[in-house]
Amino acid sequence: MGEENIILRADNITKKFAGVTALNGVSLNVHRAKVNVIVGENGAGKSTLMKILSGVYPEYEGTLLLNGEKVNFSSPKEAMKSGIAIIHQELNLIPYLSITANIFLGREIVDSFGMLDFKKMNQMAKALLTRLECDVPPTTLVAKLRVGQQQQVEIAKALLEDAKVVIMDEPTSAITDAEVEVLFRIIATLKKQEVSILYISHKLEELFKIADRFIGLRDGKMVGTIENVSQAKKEDLIRLMVGRDIKNLYVKEDLPLGKEVLRVEGISLPKHTIKSEYLVKDVSFNLRRGEVLGIFGLMGAGRTELLETIFGLHSKTMVGDIYIDGQEIRITSAMDAVANGMGLVPEDRKADGLVLQMPIFKNISMASIDQIVKNGLLNSGLEMDLAHKYIGNLNVKTSSPGQKSENLSGGNQQKVVLAKWLATTPKILFLDEPTRGIDVNAKNEIYHLINNLAKEGLGVLVVSSELPEIMAICDRILVMGTSRITGEFSQKEATEDKIMNAAIL
Amino acid sequence: MDIKTTIIKFQSIIALFVLCVVLALMSDKFLTMENGWNIMRQISVNVCISVGMTLVILTRGIDLSVGSILAFSGAVAAGLLKFGIDMPSLNLYIGFTVFGAILGGFVVGGGLGLFNGWMITQFKVPPFVATLAMLTIARGATMLWTGGFPITGLGPNFAFIGTGWFLGIPMPVWITVIVVAIAVVITKKTKFGRYIYAIGGNESAARLSGLNINKIKIWVYAIAGILAAVGGIILTSRLDSAQPNAGFSYELDSIAAVVIGGTSLSGGRGSIMGTVQGALIIGVLNSGLVLLNVSPFWQQIIKGFVILIAVIMDRVNHPNED
Repeated sequence: MGEENIILRADNITKKFAGVTALNGVSLNVHRAKVNVIVGENGAGKSTLMKILSGVYPEYEGTLLLNGEKVNFSSPKEAMKSGIAIIHQELNLIPYLSITANIFLGREIVDSFGMLDFKKMNQMAKALLTRLECDVPPTTLVAKLRVGQQQQVEIAKALLEDAKVVIMDEPTSAITDAEVEVLFRIIATLKKQEVSILYISHKLEELFKIADRFIGLRDGKMVGTIENVSQAKKEDLIRLMVGRDIKNLYVKEDLPLGKEVLRVEGISLPKHTIKSEYLVKDVSFNLRRGEVLGIFGLMGAGRTELLETIFGLHSKTMVGDIYIDGQEIRITSAMDAVANGMGLVPEDRKADGLVLQMPIFKNISMASIDQIVKNGLLNSGLEMDLAHKYIGNLNVKTSSPGQKSENLSGGNQQKVVLAKWLATTPKILFLDEPTRGIDVNAKNEIYHLINNLAKEGLGVLVVSSELPEIMAICDRILVMGTSRITGEFSQKEATEDKIMNAAIL
Repeated sequence: MDIKTTIIKFQSIIALFVLCVVLALMSDKFLTMENGWNIMRQISVNVCISVGMTLVILTRGIDLSVGSILAFSGAVAAGLLKFGIDMPSLNLYIGFTVFGAILGGFVVGGGLGLFNGWMITQFKVPPFVATLAMLTIARGATMLWTGGFPITGLGPNFAFIGTGWFLGIPMPVWITVIVVAIAVVITKKTKFGRYIYAIGGNESAARLSGLNINKIKIWVYAIAGILAAVGGIILTSRLDSAQPNAGFSYELDSIAAVVIGGTSLSGGRGSIMGTVQGALIIGVLNSGLVLLNVSPFWQQIIKGFVILIAVIMDRVNHPNED
């Protein structure tokens, strides 16, 4: 492959966040007028790399070469000016403005009186949309478009700046199959127009349809490429994504299991927008006391939604039955879930787990405040005892229980969320990505804690998108493909390949 | 605690103190017992409303209807006391004692607040809109109830509430102190109070922790309504008259007191005592400017700037909140 065919080259890129290395000396080439697909697990560093390439993160080690010249973008705007555009997974459009207004946002065309030149902008927008096979009038409000069409508007925005490289981050995660077909046609057209595509997706089936080459990322490192896609098999791709050496990972103790504590049957959750499609479809499983049950799934598989549904957050739209200790229970709100001995450690602890401006002790007592009430009033002695107990048990590193939760590290914040639930003495604990964004030591502490909770007879359900984690800490692993359970493995039979194969079904 | 955090913590008290010193130097009538009671009596209505407003704002809400609810519940109490419920067609007449009439006012205030809470929680009407609607509904109801004319001549027993003295302290001050004391205990020492802060601090986390968000919010708006009724009864009693346009724009003075007192409009941070200090600052400023013969027009301009300064100070001290 000659130099002239490489439009963008990353050379030895390293990026660290507060001591965590997200990218470690990554070097790769983006080939001109090709669909370059980056594959890798969640946390492999794909998003970080995309953000560096598109100017979101201006600070990193290493160099970027665009058409052989060194570049360093200080902002996404600058990257766009140089011809690199990114289509994010979450679209960034303003709903109550027209397609034209969105495409031209920040670069409006004005006439000689300084007034917006709608005629010219609409014409140009129309031309762009035609190029993308989108026949919606450019004056339509974005709010009235389907997600697939909104994505086309985003692409049109990129094309207006004459983008030479378009980065697409999971572009098919939110659109229908028909819209995927259109998107792939658009990608083919863009290729003909000498636009280079950098594409991220988890859906392996679709990748074979459009990829010209694969680039594998794993644990922040470039692990190889597959240049000859027509010869490649799915197994090759999976090996590129996983195939890591397992080294001194924590392994859960083998504990005797108790009686069944939770059983769900036929849990389904229709999509909000399209009732015939499902976020969670016909999921059944059981969980025993002392068991750690893992749910693995790639982004968008419906793992979080499954937990939320069982926890009563979608009671108006869900169907299915929930049994606790063999008794059928109706759970219509988080209140019911908590009253029935469940706890949920959410995926985003800052948004949903903690009241950040409150001190640690108030967060710990939040879900079980009745135990610190004496004669109708909150008793600060009891509250402090409770806080000290869990700060000690969970080894929360803090100067005092009165410290504001927002000043704690991620790992310690997570421990406070756990403490809040343990203070309710639950029977069942749901952990959604319990170690996301926390350092290795805190991770290990949380693994041991999960083990100890199981030992005390709790049923623990762990959702994770980290394969090594889920294989290490769970007795049994359920795999979610798109909205359904597509595999079940005991800890002994589970291998990375088997799990990944089920996850992409 | 270092000096800076101490100053930040007590900034309203320091501001109040400085204000009093300056006014005392500028006017010999300011620092008198009489003027002191005057100020206290004048702010008592605002403090009562503002305590309710504080609770609402702590949950990240707002209540624009307190001025109208104040007028309506005051008018209801006055009407019940003076005329009772008289329905000749049904051959029905119910007379009301002072106590019964006041209770009637509370029921109306609490009921309208409950309605606010119901709209906000069940129909997801934003608090600004729900209480804006109530602002005009309750005002209209006041006009209907009074026929547009004041209800006067309510008798000495009723007048005692707003004008009487007990143990050397004016009755409105007693009532206000009791309201404040109860509110302080509720916010600091009860589960309900803790939940109010939790909801305002992070509603999502509070919901996932199993809190009954809707119930707590409905109660908060109901309490705001009851406290507006308390203010309405004090005001009606003091004037010996229920005015149809009583309490007009009181919601704004109340929000001003809350904000000057350091409660964050984004919810989850603030205190009842802060609000009391905020109301005192406004009251002292009003009184001082009157004593100094500053024109009422200038008074409004000055009050506006005081609000701005208070909020800017708050921003500086809490730079990370949105």
